[in-house]
Amino acid sequence: MIHRECGVLKTSYAADMALYPVPLARWTVGAIAAAAFGVFPLLAGDYLLSIANLAAIAVVGAIGLNILTGYTGQISLGHGAFMSVGAYTAAILATRAGLPVWVCLPAGGAMAALVGMIVGSPSLRIKGLYLAIATLAGQFVIEWTINHVTWISGGVQASIYVPRPALGGLLIQSQREMYYFIMTVAALGVVAALNLFRTRAGRAFIAIRDHDVAAEIIGIHIFRYKLLAFAISSFYAGVTGVLYTYYLGIANYEQFTIVTSIDFLAMIIIGGLGSILGSIFGAVFLTLLPIVLRYVVEGIGGLFFTIPDVLNLITNVQLILFGALIVFFLVVEPEGLNKLWRNIKDYFRVWPFAY
Amino acid sequence: MDFFALLVVNGLLVGTLYSLIALGFVLIYKATDAINFAQGELVMIAGFFVAALIQLYRVPLAATVAIAVLAMMLLGFGIERVMLRPLIGRPVIAVIMATIGLAAILKGTGPLVWGAETKNLPLPIPEAPFLVNVLDVVVLVSPIQLVAAGVSLAFLAVFGYIFLRSRMGIAMRAVADSQQVAMAMGINVERYFALAWAMAGIVSALGGIIWGNLLGVDVHLALVGLKVFPVVILGGLDSIPGAVVGGLIVGVVEGVAAGYIDPYVGGGTKDFVPYLLMILALMVRPYGIFGKEIIERV
Repeated sequence: MIHRECGVLKTSYAADMALYPVPLARWTVGAIAAAAFGVFPLLAGDYLLSIANLAAIAVVGAIGLNILTGYTGQISLGHGAFMSVGAYTAAILATRAGLPVWVCLPAGGAMAALVGMIVGSPSLRIKGLYLAIATLAGQFVIEWTINHVTWISGGVQASIYVPRPALGGLLIQSQREMYYFIMTVAALGVVAALNLFRTRAGRAFIAIRDHDVAAEIIGIHIFRYKLLAFAISSFYAGVTGVLYTYYLGIANYEQFTIVTSIDFLAMIIIGGLGSILGSIFGAVFLTLLPIVLRYVVEGIGGLFFTIPDVLNLITNVQLILFGALIVFFLVVEPEGLNKLWRNIKDYFRVWPFAY
Repeated sequence: MDFFALLVVNGLLVGTLYSLIALGFVLIYKATDAINFAQGELVMIAGFFVAALIQLYRVPLAATVAIAVLAMMLLGFGIERVMLRPLIGRPVIAVIMATIGLAAILKGTGPLVWGAETKNLPLPIPEAPFLVNVLDVVVLVSPIQLVAAGVSLAFLAVFGYIFLRSRMGIAMRAVADSQQVAMAMGINVERYFALAWAMAGIVSALGGIIWGNLLGVDVHLALVGLKVFPVVILGGLDSIPGAVVGGLIVGVVEGVAAGYIDPYVGGGTKDFVPYLLMILALMVRPYGIFGKEIIERV
């Protein structure tokens, strides 16, 4: 948010630690929240709301992965699988035990956290590339298990249909009701993540990322905090899976393949590693990208090609653009959209004066 | 007994093909310390290119192979120059994600340029399998697999020789060992980075021809790349003999496991068992059978 910091005098420790020390920034955040919860859902149609819903779900997952990869420095290629764990846990609890959504949601997250801790436990011994491949293995093993153990999924290729969630007596059915539900969860996720990095655990995560040996020397129990990072991150992933399940009305493992894991990694790379705002930028950006691309390619391509050719064009151009964006951001702007945003902000900080 | 022998022999033959692809990965890792998640996609794009040359432009096979090898070499140079060089000295995740991005680009480019339908890639090798009888154990072997295994082993031997004996190979090993010291000894480090990628391109071209013939050429060809990780982790990330042995182990284990378990669980064992094997390897011996023991413990 574009604002100037001059004249903000911190007189207490609490004021120094505040999330938004500048009054103007506080008001901007409030205004954005009011717009997101009050104005937008009333003005937007179902189509816009459905896009917003998908983006908000992606935000939760991206923040979760960023806690692990961006803040703690542990790469995970298994987040798609963690989401599927959450999704199936919620689906089974909702259909077989008939539990309400406010139980299923945290239960899915907790189960994913447990599985995430197990998959993340090799991080005690290995890091970097080896950890990436170990989590990749976790992805395949979980995918295979869900797909082949009949008790979980009801057999090969099976998916579980989930009833619409109900809070109290209120059935969450339309896109607008979904929007309030998902946005509330997403907002909780954002606030929790922002606050996480003001706690001892959050600072320990950052210390481990910056230098693991140094972190251990100043008394951080590395293994414990790495596992904690895996647990928190997988909890977010599980909640993301549950949200997808309730939103789509179906739990299906094909929703959570290695491609999903890579998508979320791309979100935090494009958005900015180690930044909550970056996760939000990345998630929204990558959710909008295929939609915008479809309009553009259909509009332009429709003039030159037949319909099957255009469909082929869309899938492939989307893949190429996706890959090119990842490479572009890595090579040119490693800190992602978040850095671009900061640059804009810095430029306007003293504008129109030189300094 | 015959069934088991069949599974083992087929596993060995498929294993040599895994080794060939894993070799591309090892060459790059050994020389540049970069992890290539796009190995399968490199093989796929080579397959697309070869199929297009043979079917669309009617180029004779020998010329096709030569052109494909050359083109993949150039692609390797290009990738190193544009993508990997700016990332030198950056964290592992940057390189991993960059090659994942490269994989997406290649996966989109192949079908975009040459069409998404599956193309077959004919080679002048008889298709009918024949029986081999060794010590009263009868095994069915198809000629293409034998040829493929022969080509793979030949190339593994050639690259092994280059690495161990030639001036170029020694320089590459020096670069892999320590880039700074290599540079101080007058080795042009950047040139050897490019060379490693070009060599990986050559291997990918051959892999594309052989795997394209076996599986047909479309985007699913890239999935063979997923077998690379179990192979290289088992064998050791920076070891050429490791790629061979790891490939053979993965080939045999997945073949045998699929043969016995698949009827009960309804398929998919082939994609899953190698990774289980790899998890075990990571727990017990993370640097692999032949790998250098430099893994950092935290």
